[in-house]
Amino acid sequence: MKIHEYQAKEVLARFGVPVPAGKIAETPEEAQAAFEALGKPLAVVKAQIHAGGRGKAGGVKLVRSAEEAYEAAKEILGKVLVTHQTGPQGKKVEKVWVEEGSDIARELYVAVTVDRKRQCPVMMASQEGGMEIEEVAAKTPEKIYYEPILPGFGLQPYQARELAFKLGLSGTAFKNGVKVLGKLAECFTALDCSIAEINPLVVTGDEQVIALDGKMNFDGNGLFRHPELMEYRDLTEEDPKEVEASKYGLNYIALDGNIGCMVNGAGLAMATMDIIKAHGGMPANFLDVGGSATKEQVAGAFKILISDPHVQAILVNIFGGIAKCDVIAQGVVDAAKEVQLDRPLVVRLEGTNVEKGRAILEESGLSLETAKSLDEAAEKAVAAAKGGAA
Amino acid sequence: MSVLVDANTKVLVQGITGKHGQFHTEQMLAYGTNIVAGVTPGKGGQKAVGVPVFNTVAEAVEATGAEVSVVYVPAPFCADAILESADGGVRLIVAITEHIPVLDMAKVQAILKDKDVRLIGPNCPGIITPTGDNKGCKIGIMPGYIHKPGRVGVVSRSGTLTYEAVWQLTCEGLGQSTCIGIGGDPINGTNFVDCLELFEQDEATEGVIMIGEIGGTAEEEAAAYIKAKMSKPVVGFIAGLTAPPGKRMGHAGAIISGGKGTATEKIAALREAGVHVSESPSLLGSTMKKVLG
Repeated sequence: MKIHEYQAKEVLARFGVPVPAGKIAETPEEAQAAFEALGKPLAVVKAQIHAGGRGKAGGVKLVRSAEEAYEAAKEILGKVLVTHQTGPQGKKVEKVWVEEGSDIARELYVAVTVDRKRQCPVMMASQEGGMEIEEVAAKTPEKIYYEPILPGFGLQPYQARELAFKLGLSGTAFKNGVKVLGKLAECFTALDCSIAEINPLVVTGDEQVIALDGKMNFDGNGLFRHPELMEYRDLTEEDPKEVEASKYGLNYIALDGNIGCMVNGAGLAMATMDIIKAHGGMPANFLDVGGSATKEQVAGAFKILISDPHVQAILVNIFGGIAKCDVIAQGVVDAAKEVQLDRPLVVRLEGTNVEKGRAILEESGLSLETAKSLDEAAEKAVAAAKGGAA
Repeated sequence: MSVLVDANTKVLVQGITGKHGQFHTEQMLAYGTNIVAGVTPGKGGQKAVGVPVFNTVAEAVEATGAEVSVVYVPAPFCADAILESADGGVRLIVAITEHIPVLDMAKVQAILKDKDVRLIGPNCPGIITPTGDNKGCKIGIMPGYIHKPGRVGVVSRSGTLTYEAVWQLTCEGLGQSTCIGIGGDPINGTNFVDCLELFEQDEATEGVIMIGEIGGTAEEEAAAYIKAKMSKPVVGFIAGLTAPPGKRMGHAGAIISGGKGTATEKIAALREAGVHVSESPSLLGSTMKKVLG
């Protein structure tokens, strides 16, 4: 689960990481009032969307008066920001964060994420703050320092000191920096984060070390331990079809193509998308109904596929293991009848109870095509989608 | 021959009285798996699906000589169940459960690395060694009947995509020595290299099918191992050529992040190591047939 910058800062502050004072605003008037309430000569108006790269896309503005804050918010709110993390369709700004200006002496980078190779969380730090870390990693990997966080023990003080020295901190800033690194690591493990990133972590003129930005994602599998975090979920940031799918316990991701896919199992779902592309088509989505799909889930999946106007043909690919082909077939037939399916449907069933499943499809009276192999299914779906487009 | 498990392997089931545990215990028994015990804390002394239930893994191992544990315990309690088995004296733990918090797995791995026990999974279909017609040692949730005793080892991060490959091998008449699902999570126990090493040493295995997917670098590490040490032919497939970056494709581990972990990179690394990478998941069986002759 992703959260906004202002929410991440709220969480960081709770763990003792200093953050600049700020207020959230949903209208230009609120932004103006926020500037006045902060009472500082300088403030920053920042678009709140679930993606980085906002500055370059025009989503961050420096303002020196309440009027400027009003104008900046008016310009940013409602705007669709396209950044390297939003995809070409961009994200619409619903809220801005108005924050007091900071006296920036240095910009650093620090983050905690799970290192799959080391099989534990790892803290990464760099003096190259304020830049895209992917770029630093690609061009000058030696400028990123790593410290693994031992599960159950946390980041040890010596590790934080090690990183703080490498970040070139000294004096009061060193002491403050060591403290911030420790708190960040603590926050990461305490809340089951999948990423906790501060970029930039700023050293101010008076040697304070503060989080000028904050990005935090949580491991969805750990959320049951932190029900309070669900308050931070912003449904407007998520694809409505993905939200709908999650209600049925389905894994759905919207893509750009025109062939709707319904598959059981994540690996097979990805492979089905790949094979559609190999046959010259484009998948409209990734949809995994799970290894033990029920009739209700299949029906729910079907409705979501059909609600996408770009979908010109549907490909159902099921390898029945625990999920039985006859159950899936009945779910497909019921759903297709209920929604009065108006687009071509190709079904490929294999595995447990396949004969029963095929019989159900044949006797349903639905106009659908069946396929025996994955290749045949993809070929037929691609042809059907082309026919539908003509 | 086979790897890790065979017809004689004594298996205990953790979470045997739960809905999934019970259903799959029935399925495993029907396939001929030698299930000697179940474990559910507080239900010791009862029977589930005809199998004696114990309160702890240690008790079950002591009483029955179980050597492998299969875990169907729900995600919030699964790390604890794995650790109990690791302490309880089994040599192999197969964790089927999905949705385990990744930091729980980090703790589990930190503890397991100093113990003489192997973990397969979590979030995987399990491990199976077919020994006859619709029978053998099935430890997990895969449909047994698609397997057939044979010459090819299978190792995979995916579930149903593995069934696809297994079915093709069966239809081609090649069959399988042992199939291992290593799971789709970012932190797991046994990895590709571990399985490739086992298959390389196994007399019954003549070739290996390896099914990877986007995310992480496990396939690249496998490629390095294959290039340096492997004499048997490997046929590979990587799912997720069309997956967009930054989106988690179902499995917690299947995500392209920071431009890393793409299918293209993995395919290139495997090809470079001499792996016969199949463009299509539907050609795995026929490619293996050609390679083995």
